Amino acid sequence: MADTVQILIKMAAKRFKADAAQLRPEDDMFERLGIDSFQAVELISDLEGEFDIELPDYELQGVKTFAALAQKIDKRR
Amino acid sequence: MLDLGRIPSLGAALRDATISFKIRTALIEADRHRESSRHTYAELRAAADLFTGALQAHGFEPGDRCAVLMQNQSKWIVGALGALWAGATLVPLDYKLTAPEQAALVAHGKPRVLLTEWPTWEKLALEPQGPFERVLVVVTEAPEGAALGRAVRFESLRHQPAVYRERAREDLACIVYSSGTGGTPKGCMLSHANYLAQAEVLGRMYPMKEGERYFSVLPTNHAIDFMCGFLIPLMMGATVVHQRTLRPAYLSATMQRYGITHMALVPTILKTLERRIRDRLDELPKWQRLLIDNLIDLNEFATRREPNHKLSSRLLRPIHDQFGGKLKFVFCGGAFVERRSAEFFNSLGIPVAIGYGLTEAGTVLTVNDLKPFRGDSVGKPVPGVELELRDQNEAGVGEVWVRGPTVMQGYLDEPELSREAIVDGWLRTGDLGLLDAAGHLKLVGRARNMIVTEGGKNVYPEDIEAAFAGLDDCEEFSVFAANYLWPTGKLTDEQLLIVVRPKPGSSDEQVDALIGELRARNRRLADYKRLAGYLLWEREFPRTASQKIKRDPLARDLRARLDRASIRAL
Repeated sequence: MADTVQILIKMAAKRFKADAAQLRPEDDMFERLGIDSFQAVELISDLEGEFDIELPDYELQGVKTFAALAQKIDKRR
Repeated sequence: MLDLGRIPSLGAALRDATISFKIRTALIEADRHRESSRHTYAELRAAADLFTGALQAHGFEPGDRCAVLMQNQSKWIVGALGALWAGATLVPLDYKLTAPEQAALVAHGKPRVLLTEWPTWEKLALEPQGPFERVLVVVTEAPEGAALGRAVRFESLRHQPAVYRERAREDLACIVYSSGTGGTPKGCMLSHANYLAQAEVLGRMYPMKEGERYFSVLPTNHAIDFMCGFLIPLMMGATVVHQRTLRPAYLSATMQRYGITHMALVPTILKTLERRIRDRLDELPKWQRLLIDNLIDLNEFATRREPNHKLSSRLLRPIHDQFGGKLKFVFCGGAFVERRSAEFFNSLGIPVAIGYGLTEAGTVLTVNDLKPFRGDSVGKPVPGVELELRDQNEAGVGEVWVRGPTVMQGYLDEPELSREAIVDGWLRTGDLGLLDAAGHLKLVGRARNMIVTEGGKNVYPEDIEAAFAGLDDCEEFSVFAANYLWPTGKLTDEQLLIVVRPKPGSSDEQVDALIGELRARNRRLADYKRLAGYLLWEREFPRTASQKIKRDPLARDLRARLDRASIRAL
């Protein structure tokens, strides 16, 4: 779990050009990265490749923090 | 030509189509790079009949309500069609709402049956079950051993021979919620006559034919996709393509794979597509860019009177190929469309018809006819719609009122709201507009305290206020649309703000803490409901005898004493 969230933060920081060191698992990712839900789905595609899973779009509904998204990933690994 | 004059109901029109187009493909469902299902019109009829029979086995009667709460997919259409054939009034619900919001709409709409899918039901089953007690909940694609609770599996429904039940034109076809996720639910009651009138007009203006393919990406519960991505293509023998994921990479692959010809979009998706094309063009070497720019100019000149898909797709093949090469028409509405985006696509030979409508009046009231293309208006009233601008100022700007065959019967169980919305058969839209010499409508603002997001969601301040109830050290507060307080003459950058009056005598620390709590609660709201800023206010709010805040006098006072510069970011 701890690993997943760290990989997730690193990938999000890379895609949206943010500083990974400034991002915490409990942060609201939309707010901290300044992204909307359309941009977020691009991140989901990266994550699917990295973790070799399929993450349906609906899994993103209601998810706001990095930690919550990491949990969804772990459930499908 | 779509001639629905003698057709009594949506069910009848669609039933006729399943007979006329029998061997044609009606539905395709894609999931990533796979195709998960395909139905011919005959197969669609058989699948819908099974659902009709299953509903009837549970005692479903004409006039009973069937709610559909699913992502866009074939079973949405199969279920809706089966329910219509059993004589149902459909209650399409938004799968993007939170579970408590969905449960509240089920409680309000009182459906006899709820057709939903496993990921949604998994969350709804954790909500208080009161609203579902008398509802037959049918869930699709639940995994083996899933805790279904009170729900039954779609796949194991009891079947019996279906009996087609006819409805009359004035009967209710749908109850569609235009807002009310927190305040008063506004369930627009639309009759079969409303939908048939709209389908006939749009089907004549923008006909579809066998072999053409509509890509359904907007939620089907929304008025636009329900009309453009369900009724019209199926009544005209075309194919509707669904896809479980809306990621840009898969969208593009599906458009190429299936040769999509038609789409309807909201401005936010149009802008995402625009950004992607512009980025790609910017990456080209200078000489290629110059060549493409010249071809774009040539295309614009050649299609200045009306679109010519064949010519445009030849001139600008690499760009058209990104959309599958067959896309010939995009309808855009649901919220304010920026002229620049529409003009950009039109210059590429992908005409964007901008329209304007309200759930309260079907799908569109006005639409551009593309003869020639215009990106600066929402078009002319469609045949049958009368439009008046009332209380005009010197510049000709007035509030848009409309009358016509698509105007709803009223809001479900809200006679007072209905009387305010429809006066002597005229629907008050709450939007401000003006008509130009060619009869095109241009929208310039809102006469109501509300916003519409770029994604096409109506947000009413009163629906949000509950989220801020009981704040410490807050004497009173009210939420407003910034453009309502200080009109800009435009429909861009619509924002909500909260006016807060701290308890008299509060210290600076207490006010800071109050703003901190406001911020925290704001963050918990769905993104489209979030407030952009706040105003601190020291005067007592004007109130009615029953202690309700008088919004209009408060707005006048705010307008007179503060300006936009007083808004502080949240």
